[in-house]
Amino acid sequence: MNNKPELLITASSLDELRLLAEAGADAFLIGEERFGMRLPGNFTLGEIAEAVTYSHDKGKRVYVAVNNLMTNDILAELPAYIEGLRDAGVDGIEFGDPAVLTTARELAPSLRLHWNAEMTSTNSSTANYWGRKGATRVVLARELNMDEITGMTDKLEVEAQVQVHGMTNIYHSKRRLVQSYMAHQGRQVDGDLGLTRGLFLIEAERRDEKFPIYEDSNGTHIMSSEDICILEDLHLLMEAGIHSFKIEGMLKPTAYNVAVIRAYRTAIDHYVANADDYEFDESWLDAVHELQDPERELSFGFFYKEQVF
Amino acid sequence: MGIQAKPIHFGKRHRLDKPELLAPAGNLEKLKFAIHYGADAVYIGGQQYGLRSNADNFSFEEMREGVEFANRYGAKVFVATNIYAHDEDVDGIEAYLRNLEDVGISAIIVADPTIIEIALRSAPKLEVHLSTQQSTLNWQAVKFWKEEGLPRVVLGRETSLEEIAEIKKHVDVEIEAFIHGAMCSSFSGRCVLSNHFTDRDSNRGGCCQSCRWKYDLFEDARSQTDWISEEEAADQRVLEQFQLGVNQLPLYEEGDNPFSMGSKDLCMLEAIPDLIEVGIDSFKIEGRMKSIHYVATVVNAYRQAIDSYMADPENYELKPEWLEELNKAANRPLNTGFFYDTPDEEDHIYEPEDKAVPYDFAGLVLDYEEATGIATVQQRNHFKPGQQIEFFGPNGTFFKQQVGTIWDEEGNELDAARHPLQKIRLKVDQPVRYFDMMRKQNVKVASKAVAAI
Repeated sequence: MNNKPELLITASSLDELRLLAEAGADAFLIGEERFGMRLPGNFTLGEIAEAVTYSHDKGKRVYVAVNNLMTNDILAELPAYIEGLRDAGVDGIEFGDPAVLTTARELAPSLRLHWNAEMTSTNSSTANYWGRKGATRVVLARELNMDEITGMTDKLEVEAQVQVHGMTNIYHSKRRLVQSYMAHQGRQVDGDLGLTRGLFLIEAERRDEKFPIYEDSNGTHIMSSEDICILEDLHLLMEAGIHSFKIEGMLKPTAYNVAVIRAYRTAIDHYVANADDYEFDESWLDAVHELQDPERELSFGFFYKEQVF
Repeated sequence: MGIQAKPIHFGKRHRLDKPELLAPAGNLEKLKFAIHYGADAVYIGGQQYGLRSNADNFSFEEMREGVEFANRYGAKVFVATNIYAHDEDVDGIEAYLRNLEDVGISAIIVADPTIIEIALRSAPKLEVHLSTQQSTLNWQAVKFWKEEGLPRVVLGRETSLEEIAEIKKHVDVEIEAFIHGAMCSSFSGRCVLSNHFTDRDSNRGGCCQSCRWKYDLFEDARSQTDWISEEEAADQRVLEQFQLGVNQLPLYEEGDNPFSMGSKDLCMLEAIPDLIEVGIDSFKIEGRMKSIHYVATVVNAYRQAIDSYMADPENYELKPEWLEELNKAANRPLNTGFFYDTPDEEDHIYEPEDKAVPYDFAGLVLDYEEATGIATVQQRNHFKPGQQIEFFGPNGTFFKQQVGTIWDEEGNELDAARHPLQKIRLKVDQPVRYFDMMRKQNVKVASKAVAAI
């Protein structure tokens, strides 16, 4: 293959970022809640600059999530933030809202633009549309299957990023649904309802599936009950020429994320060294299995599912 | 009814151009009712690329007929082409859009930029309106889409009146907003519950409405991000302590309603002056899956409110009977969404839902004889002598009466109207017109109401 695929992971703090870098990550997705959606931790502009200095020194890249659904009041802050990211030297930003694209093109033309509309980035021609507007990468929806993804790469005029491991968002509302429910119950809302609270939903007929739910200033987020793990078939994505493999580290301890990075690092390095003789080795996943939350299944997500409509 | 409109006054500029009333039409018959009852435009679904794959969608022939009907009233027909396409969907889109153009469709409602580009290139007579599925909430995004060639943007349902005012101030573009009907509680398009629970793709029309299901809320007794510390990770034995189930603390008590994401339905009837003065160009009613009775009733109420305000804004007053009318078609409690503030516990549905509609469509007026006061109605639901019924219509028909003697077309007296579409004759207390509707209280709901008293 032409280029070594990138191994990208979110980081909740500078400390975690350093550990993940040492474990073999090539790139990081960080940011803050005001501009970015569903991040495992918040980085100030100062911390972003520090992350960039550290990462560039090690030949790694830093991307910042600016992928919120923007409201008028955020527009006023957006130019300064984009300039701050440019000055911090970040390599690229993830966006979904055209307002971010417009602002970045104007103020920071050197920033790479990764189009991430989450569950609605579903086809190659729309990815190419954003490419013509200046995007260099599409972050593909997690609801696409393997055939759709591998069949798309020939048509794509931009890089493709695919999430290969971790949980995914399955519902986002601007409403404060947990708060509202507690108020309905007459229950005192004690403490934070955010990521670290450990709230989850169980649906009446699916008692063994736990769906994490949390609130932040962007509303209510519900996450998948399973973690994607496509390592076994990562070679199919490498053969297809996917440029970046993303690991979602949200709601996972650092030790787990380190183990996941090591596993994918091993697979990518083996493949790049000798694609012809590449063979997946089950033992690469041992450390991940040991640290996997026993209440969450590792699954292929939608890679091999038929969806109807 | 949980509506608490808090009027904001958007100046005294008194708008001169009447906003468009845009209604859903799930099939050709509903289209005719929506337009006859006062819609300026209707939106429909074709057999592909729409988000209601279960709806009774239009063929091109039906669209042509719908457009011809609409033209007689000076009304327009839009087609929802609002899926997020997958690669396999793209090939047929161009031919489909050309067909829409051929049959006289005025505009398409689109979410996916791929469909926007194909439409602008290959079917230039179609206006392209940006769907609410794009969750557009700010003026720069609106400006972007305008510059792409879209004369209209349907905003995300999360936009407030203040934000709409700001958007209108910055961009000269038509703004369409949902004003009535069911709502996604998520950002539209940003929900794949349906995909996860039932493998049905919500963004291609397969939504199974999992947001309205019931859930239990728990808290994990383990702290989430470090349920296992790095030190513990080194010592794998710690994992043995985790046993399935024991870490779940329920955040509900015996007798609590379960957690739900289900939203009450939107109703902005009480806020018509605000909606008009803030400058919304098109008032959209949700509900391609809803009944004829629903569409006619809702359109009729909003038509009267809008016309009444535009005729004399200074002396406009909301008539309580418009709200009463809406309630006759509502099957969920109502609220004002995000227009005034973020929805809270009053705006969601936790109690078991009773989907029964308070009133049923019982008959459609086909004819009226002035001399005898006898109307001919086409039966649409069971009714019989002695029952209370109401007549209503778009030209001011509105009265209640009891069903007297009823006859079939041959003049035979009947004990009940049992046969769908049968022509029934009965005496009416006031004049009625062709296309007026006859409704009766839903027996199930009526008996429940009595029991509650």
